[in-house]
Amino acid sequence: MRVRRINGILGGTAALALALTACGTAEVGGGNGGGEGDGGEGGGDTITIGVKYDQPGLGLLENDAPVGLDVDVATYIAGELGYEPDQIEWTEAASANREAFLQQGTVDMVVATYSITDERREVVDFAGPYYVAEQDILTRADEEEIQGPEDLAGRVLCSASGSRSAFNITEERGIDAELREAGNYSECLSLLGNGAVDAVTTDNTILAGYAAQNPGTYRVVNNSFGEERYGVGLPEGSTELCEEINAAIAKMWEEGYTLEALETHFGDTDFAYAETAPEADACE
Amino acid sequence: MEAFLNNIDRVVDGFSWTVRLALLSALFSFILGVLLTAMRVSPVPLLRGLSTAYVEGVRSTPLTLVLLFCGLGLNSALGIFLSDTVAWDVFWWAVIGLSAYTSCFVSESLRAGINTIPLGQVEAARSLGLTFTQNLRLIVLPQALRTVVAPLGSVLIALTKNTTVASVAGLGVQEASSEMKLMFDRGIAPVLPTFVGFALGFLVLTLPMGYFFSWLSKRVAVVR
Amino acid sequence: MSTQSSVLFDAPGPRARARNKVYTVITLILFAIGLMVVYLGFNDTLRKPELSLFSAEAWAVNPEGEWTADKWEPFLRPETWTYYVIPGLRNTLTAALTASVLAIVFGLVFGIGRLSDRWWIRVPAGAVVEFFRGIPLLILIFFTMALPIVADQLFDIAPGTFQVTALAAVVTGLTLYNGSVLAEVFRAGILAVPKGQSEAAKAIGMTRAQNMWLILVPQAVSAMMPAIVAQLVVLLKDSALGYIVAFPEMLRSFTLLATRENNVIPAAIVCAAIYIVINLSLSRFAIWLERRNANRGRASVRPADAEDGPEGADTTTGPAGTVAVEPTVQEPLPDTAREDSDGDDDGNPKKRP
Repeated sequence: MRVRRINGILGGTAALALALTACGTAEVGGGNGGGEGDGGEGGGDTITIGVKYDQPGLGLLENDAPVGLDVDVATYIAGELGYEPDQIEWTEAASANREAFLQQGTVDMVVATYSITDERREVVDFAGPYYVAEQDILTRADEEEIQGPEDLAGRVLCSASGSRSAFNITEERGIDAELREAGNYSECLSLLGNGAVDAVTTDNTILAGYAAQNPGTYRVVNNSFGEERYGVGLPEGSTELCEEINAAIAKMWEEGYTLEALETHFGDTDFAYAETAPEADACE
Repeated sequence: MEAFLNNIDRVVDGFSWTVRLALLSALFSFILGVLLTAMRVSPVPLLRGLSTAYVEGVRSTPLTLVLLFCGLGLNSALGIFLSDTVAWDVFWWAVIGLSAYTSCFVSESLRAGINTIPLGQVEAARSLGLTFTQNLRLIVLPQALRTVVAPLGSVLIALTKNTTVASVAGLGVQEASSEMKLMFDRGIAPVLPTFVGFALGFLVLTLPMGYFFSWLSKRVAVVR
Repeated sequence: MSTQSSVLFDAPGPRARARNKVYTVITLILFAIGLMVVYLGFNDTLRKPELSLFSAEAWAVNPEGEWTADKWEPFLRPETWTYYVIPGLRNTLTAALTASVLAIVFGLVFGIGRLSDRWWIRVPAGAVVEFFRGIPLLILIFFTMALPIVADQLFDIAPGTFQVTALAAVVTGLTLYNGSVLAEVFRAGILAVPKGQSEAAKAIGMTRAQNMWLILVPQAVSAMMPAIVAQLVVLLKDSALGYIVAFPEMLRSFTLLATRENNVIPAAIVCAAIYIVINLSLSRFAIWLERRNANRGRASVRPADAEDGPEGADTTTGPAGTVAVEPTVQEPLPDTAREDSDGDDDGNPKKRP
């Protein structure tokens, strides 16, 4: 008797768990989208685009849909490809899963602060770049002394774990800043706001996004270096699509749409964003 | 493996932070755990309530969240700094967070140990006129501690492994797991040997600990 | 509870009562000071030396501080719950449930494998269990995430040919670690079944597999249920490590929300509250199971580690009140049953029928 009962319990638990799992996992690809972005396959009537959900100014989830520069760029490109805004399905593309999403067809394109690198080109295609960001420094608005990387000597600098940005300053430039590693840039901003660190360094767009979110609290130093060329990630072998998107990007700059979007998202900050279209790479 | 061995100083440095974190947190969580247990069985209802609430609450919170709260909340938002250099400041906050979390498990183990003491002994002690503190100090805790050597060993092993969480969660202590991640990310050494090396490092810390406490628990077991 | 606690001290007389009152007052004062520091600290007024602690201004809710209504108001909006908290909670539960099922399977396979009388099953099973039990979950998750790089470095598989999603990494890590712990729990449970039962099974002509699945495992699972549930609580809590690899579980949902609303501290407090409610309920469930087992008086199966510590023993109440089952089974188990199961202490698992 007891035997059967226990098997029943175990079997029941397992079945329940599997059932819950089965209905749950589909959601995860779609990130936090809730009702939105269920990671559905694109094609047909809709296009699925991967963007960041956690970068203010670039792609930040606001309830059911993301908002930011990348989102605007993606919307424009989709429009040029013949998709109305309501035909776009958004999905969170975290840095760690962008390539996988493109390869597995989870998304049709990725517009998520996705820098074009040779390494990534081996596995995915890139259109663009649509914007060239540079590395910069963010400090509190009342911090006068930090005007460039050299002023960071002896100060506390925050970097997200796994990012090379702080490494560029401390090791490549040999500037003697104290490092505090945080899990992500939001944690860094929290530390900066409370005075636990003196500066945060990464792409100037990301920094400006945070500055715009907290008007008057933070200052982008505008003494930038290096370059991060943001491209539109596509599955390998999308040469035709790549060319269409490059045309869309050129048109987007010509029409002044990009500047408008930059102004919308970063206008309230002192971030001097690039005002000319970057030169597009050739599609392979 | 060679590239890994060439970076052995990184590994050693990482593990030195791990060991320091584990040792200091073990010390503080033991002290705090004994205190919490004493409060839990004390005659003062308020102390009992506070101890219960603390243990139940913190025990149910993920360590990541406890450490985030130490790093972003107490350290950063309250602006309490424990050292002039960042490395030591975050280290001490990690010790506080780990101790706060681990002390709950120490306390639960000790309480379980107290439960194994025959009631007659405690009653005999009381009838001899021993006060609560005397009873606890002379009769209850010495026996309880000996009974729970093995569970406390488990707690210490769990603590050693938990120190890795201090590398993230708003603190960023540069202990072994963060060195491993850095070596992965920067391509300093091939991933598999690096992982095996760090895993062995942790096994060298945890396995002997397990056998030692197992041996010790038999050695000091209370014969009943 | 209070009646049990009073075993350690006499019913207080007038002097003891007075002393207890003094202690109560002292504790209250210390507690109040602690609360005050936290309140003022998060109110952002503690750091302003120009403000006297006794001024009304220091105590008024500071719009810059953490207690301002603006930072808590998001939790009153239904969208916060439908778009952030609930999807996050669902992802947490997805990861935890998937990993629980896999860990139980892993635990059964390796727990039984470790008891096999063929050394080439027993030794590798033991090595796997000891390995995954001894290393931190976090480095296991990092390694799983880095598997594509391993494939590249060892087998020349182009980077990006496959990627490990955050969910897969978290579930793999949770399964291997908790599965190994559960393997020891199951093994302890099986070893605790009196030897006579196996002998009886053999005598009526049951095969080893029948004996294992019909006699030993069901009783082991039943006896170890509280410890299993307790380990699943650990698993659920550990799923919060997914935050580190950007798996959108609950803690990360709250971080996303905090990024948007600038309310890190309130978000952390609400998130902790949700975890506490869930885990306390599960712990209560484990205690209930324990009590139920104890009440049924199944004397035949006693957890093997009853001697090491009281964990898993059927006497959880005593002078210190009810103790939840200690969830960390870490110390090496003996390779065979303890004396208290029925004197089978010859240290050789081969002897098991």
